Amino acid sequence: MTGDDTKHLPLEDLHMAAGARFGAFAGWSMPLTYPAGVMKEHLHSREHAGLFDISHMKLFEISGPGAAALLNRACTFDAGALEISQSKYTFFLNEAAGILDDLIVTRLGAERFMMVANAGNAAADEKHLRALAGDFDVKVDALDRVFLAIQGPEAWAALSRAGIETGSLVFMHGIEPREKWFMSRSGYTGEDGFEIGLPEAEARNLVIRLLEDERVMWIGLAARDSLRLEAGLCLHGLDITPEIDPASAGLMWAIPKEIRASGAFIGADALRAIVERGPAQKRVGLKPEGRQPVRAGAALFDADGNPAGHVTSGGFGPSAGHPVAMGYVQTPLAKSGAKLFADVRGTKIPVDIHPLPFTPHRYRKG
Amino acid sequence: MAQTYFTEDHEWLRVEGGIATVGITDYAQQQLGDLVFVELPEPGKKLAKGDTAVVVESVKAASDVYAPVDGEITEANTSLSSDPSLVNSAATGDGWLWKMKLANESQLDGLLDEAAYKAHIG
Repeated sequence: MTGDDTKHLPLEDLHMAAGARFGAFAGWSMPLTYPAGVMKEHLHSREHAGLFDISHMKLFEISGPGAAALLNRACTFDAGALEISQSKYTFFLNEAAGILDDLIVTRLGAERFMMVANAGNAAADEKHLRALAGDFDVKVDALDRVFLAIQGPEAWAALSRAGIETGSLVFMHGIEPREKWFMSRSGYTGEDGFEIGLPEAEARNLVIRLLEDERVMWIGLAARDSLRLEAGLCLHGLDITPEIDPASAGLMWAIPKEIRASGAFIGADALRAIVERGPAQKRVGLKPEGRQPVRAGAALFDADGNPAGHVTSGGFGPSAGHPVAMGYVQTPLAKSGAKLFADVRGTKIPVDIHPLPFTPHRYRKG
Repeated sequence: MAQTYFTEDHEWLRVEGGIATVGITDYAQQQLGDLVFVELPEPGKKLAKGDTAVVVESVKAASDVYAPVDGEITEANTSLSSDPSLVNSAATGDGWLWKMKLANESQLDGLLDEAAYKAHIG
C-alpha cells in the first residue's frame, strides 16, 4: 500500500499477527507497541524477557589484514588491543569531533570484526567506511540478517530453553555460534540480554520457539525507548548528534586513555582541544518534579530564569515510576541535585539534575 | 435524558441540561497507549471550538484534546491527576476529562452520532 521508500522488516508478518501497531522510525516501518501496551512491555522486559526485532540496525563485517588499522582510523579505540570475542562501544566522529554514529564493534578473529550501526545512520556509515577502506587492505560487507534482541533477567534461560546456550558469553562479548549467526551479550535496556543476527528462515524458527516460552513477549519500539532512557543510554539523533562531541556527552569512558592521548582517529585533534579547554555543556539526567513528562526540545532555565540548556530525550519511566529525561546544561550547572526549570507549554516544571542511570544496570559481567 | 455525540477527532460528549461531559473514545485511548499524565483545565476557563482543552501524555508523546464546541469549563476530572490510566481503562466512563457549559447548543447538530462515528473509524 506504500509507494514510498519506507523499509519493512523481514518478519513484519509476525508482528502483524501479534497485533503490533506500526510507526515510522529512521526510514523503517517499526512495531511501536503490541496489544499489552508500552507500560506492560517495559515492565516485562525488566522482570522477565523481552523480544525485540531490531533488524532496522545494520551489521557490517570488516575483514582483511588492514581491518584493525581501518577501525583505528574510523573509530575511537585500539582495535588491535581488542581480544577475540570482546566488544567495544565506540564512535565515528567527524573532523570537529562531532558524533556521526555510536557503534559496537566486536572482534571475531585476528583480522575480522563485526560492527553494529544505528538504522538511521547505516547508509551514511557504510559510505564513510567504504571511503576510508580505500586506504587499507580490507573488505567491508553489509550483512543481510534478521537482528533480534532478547533482554531481561530471564533472557539467558529463555534462550537456553530454545536450544541456545549462552553460558560462557559475558557482557560486551560476541561470538558466531553458528554459520551466519552473530550473538553478543549486550543490549539497549540496562538489563542482561543478547543481540542475535541470523538468517531470516532461522530467525523465524527461533522467534516461534522463544514465544512458546511464557517468560518471553514481543516488545515494541516505544518500550525500547523508555527502557534505554531509564538506563541512561543515548539515542543518536537526539542525545548525541554530529554537533555533540564525546566529552560534552559524558562518553569519554568509551575512549581508552592512550587513544585519547595519541590516537590518530578522525576528530582526534578537535577532541583533544575540547578536552583541554573543557566542554561548554554537559549531558545530564533530569528528573522532573511530579508526574508531567518533560520531552525533547524543552528549554531549561536556572532559578533566576536564565537559559541553562535543553532536553534531548524525555518521557515517563515505568520502572522508575516518574518522568525521566536527559539533556544538556551549561557545565557549571551540571551538578547532581542542582535545580532547574523546564518550559512545558509555558509552564515552568521544576527538574532536578539526577545521576544516570535512573534504574541500575544489571549486566552479567561474568 | 442525556444524549451522546462524537467528533471526528475521537472525542465523545454526553449532554444533559446544557452541560457536556467530554472525554476521548476507546479507539482514541488505544491509539495513544498508556497515559501517564493529563494536563487539566481550570474551571471557569472559556473555550472556543477547536481550542486545546486538555493535553494527554502517554509514555511516548503529548497529544492535544480540543474543545468540540464553544463553552466554559465547569469541572475537570481531578481523579486523573493521581490516576491518568482511568482514561485507558474507562475512556467513556470514569476516564472523562472535563465538563463544560455549552455556549451554543446548535453546534451539537454538527457532531456525529454513534453510528456515524463507528463508520468514521471503520
